[in-house]
Amino acid sequence: MATATQTAGPEPVEKQPAGSAPRPTRTKRTFRPRTLVITAVAWLLAALFLAPYLEMIVTALRPADELRDRTYLPDKLHWSNFIDVWKESSLGDNLQVTLLISGGATVLVLLVSLPAAYYTARMRFRGRKWFLLLVLVTQMFQPTALLVGLYREFHQLDMLNSVWTLILTNAAFNLAFAVWILTAYIGSIPAELEEAAMVDGTSRFGAMIRVTLPLALPGVVTAVIFTFITSWNEFVMGLTLSTEPDKQPLTVGINNFIGAYTVQWNYLFAASVVAIVPVIVLFAFIERHVVSGLTAGSVK
Amino acid sequence: MSLKAPPVRRTRGGLARLGPLPWIAPVVLLILAVVVWPVIELIRTSFLNISIAGIVRGSAGTDKYKKLFDETDFGHVLLWTVLWTVVVVGVTMLVSLGLAQLFNQRFPGRRITRWALIAPWAASVLMTAIGFKWMLSRTAGVLNTVMIDLGLIDRSKDWLGSAGTAWPWMMFVAVFVSLPFTTYTLLAGLQTIPADVYEAARIDGAGAWQTYRGITLPLLRPAFLVGVVINLINVFNSFPIIWAMTQGGPGSDTATTTVFMYKLKETDIGESAAMSVVNFAMVVVLVLIFLKVSRWNEED
Repeated sequence: MATATQTAGPEPVEKQPAGSAPRPTRTKRTFRPRTLVITAVAWLLAALFLAPYLEMIVTALRPADELRDRTYLPDKLHWSNFIDVWKESSLGDNLQVTLLISGGATVLVLLVSLPAAYYTARMRFRGRKWFLLLVLVTQMFQPTALLVGLYREFHQLDMLNSVWTLILTNAAFNLAFAVWILTAYIGSIPAELEEAAMVDGTSRFGAMIRVTLPLALPGVVTAVIFTFITSWNEFVMGLTLSTEPDKQPLTVGINNFIGAYTVQWNYLFAASVVAIVPVIVLFAFIERHVVSGLTAGSVK
Repeated sequence: MSLKAPPVRRTRGGLARLGPLPWIAPVVLLILAVVVWPVIELIRTSFLNISIAGIVRGSAGTDKYKKLFDETDFGHVLLWTVLWTVVVVGVTMLVSLGLAQLFNQRFPGRRITRWALIAPWAASVLMTAIGFKWMLSRTAGVLNTVMIDLGLIDRSKDWLGSAGTAWPWMMFVAVFVSLPFTTYTLLAGLQTIPADVYEAARIDGAGAWQTYRGITLPLLRPAFLVGVVINLINVFNSFPIIWAMTQGGPGSDTATTTVFMYKLKETDIGESAAMSVVNFAMVVVLVLIFLKVSRWNEED
């Protein structure tokens, strides 16, 4: 494997500013055997990580009569599965519910977390620490452990089978991430910028909207995409708080598909692929910021 | 901690006069309604007799807990929950250490391969689990086909049909979906190690393994610990994988406490609540550990 003469550690390539001095010749781009092995292993692993999703796509393209064939690829590709699934099953309703829940939860999270994050980042106040602790603890509590309590609460409020309930609950369990990442972002923007704008005659609110918000945009985008994805993927609360099939989110609808007598796997995965692919693409945009949000900043 | 308290500042405008309430109250209210209330409701329900229709039939004292602890499956479920959590988190951490090291190297296509790695993180855990259920199916599962073609098995097996083979596969899926977050956390941790530390080690003539043991691992400790605790919480709560793949069956042979709780909900919600309280207590312990490990409070 490695010898003592070569660089043993990581090289923080991406952190380097674009115009930095060229690196010494030591890291010249020659393909040493070691690099070759690393490249091969990394690409192989990448393929393995994508493989289950590729198999879902292949299954989604299989004609019904080729589902039981022991072939890696079907003879014919049935692209129409992607359209038929919405017509032949009730999953269209579920997709609509999921869109409403994810959209609603995202808007709600942003509406309540932005002011809180702004205030927490800018001001010292009594209870600031307790507020942040409450937020942090919420982030660690997942709905699964509280399911029975959630069910009892919304049963008593007569709010089962309501899209609003799932918007509220999804928003609540994603608040922490949003507050956390927005507070960190806004806190990193000097308050002097706002004050300068205010000297120029802008109101504090105007300064907040026109100066701070645009600068905090990466944080806002991260919070929005993360909340949307998590609500989009949510399963246990949908399963517990909605019992009527047409009021359930897509994850639950897809899971119900398996309970059916004969599972139409091609349709099931056509719907799954539609649900998965956009989310993976969206996630790629925020990947850099997510870790610090999820670990509450304890890992930069 | 990235959220240092801002410097004390005197504000001229309305910000200070109104105090923090209008800013943070919506967040606090949402958390109280959707996170704190269910906790109280959960504990209350565990001491009540409630009919299947949801009508309260008086107090049950500690009967529900007694009934829960007397369940023949209870000890078995508890044991497997511990095994499930420890094995999945242990394997995840070990594999992630290797992955982080690999993806921290420079090689062609690093960005693309890293991107492939996030797929299981962004995609719904439920749908990934359903994908594996399909790939493991006896009739046409591609994993069966691959293993037959490789000569690993003679004929197709019903992997999820018995606990002995279902557990390892479900653990595999749990590790698979936990790897991206963990690897990215460790990658973030690796980025915080200054390059000159490695330079110094190189000049001192330290070998690659020596450098890794002596420098990388100790400096990676904070990120590693945070990764362990967050994974413990996630894996302990990972209901969708088991629910999608075996529903905890046959019987309760492949159930963890969260799955067991969900199954009990169908027959006796009080007993299910008692199980939840036990789960919740375990999560609280894990959260307390997280607060300690993430060094909450250190700089504030």
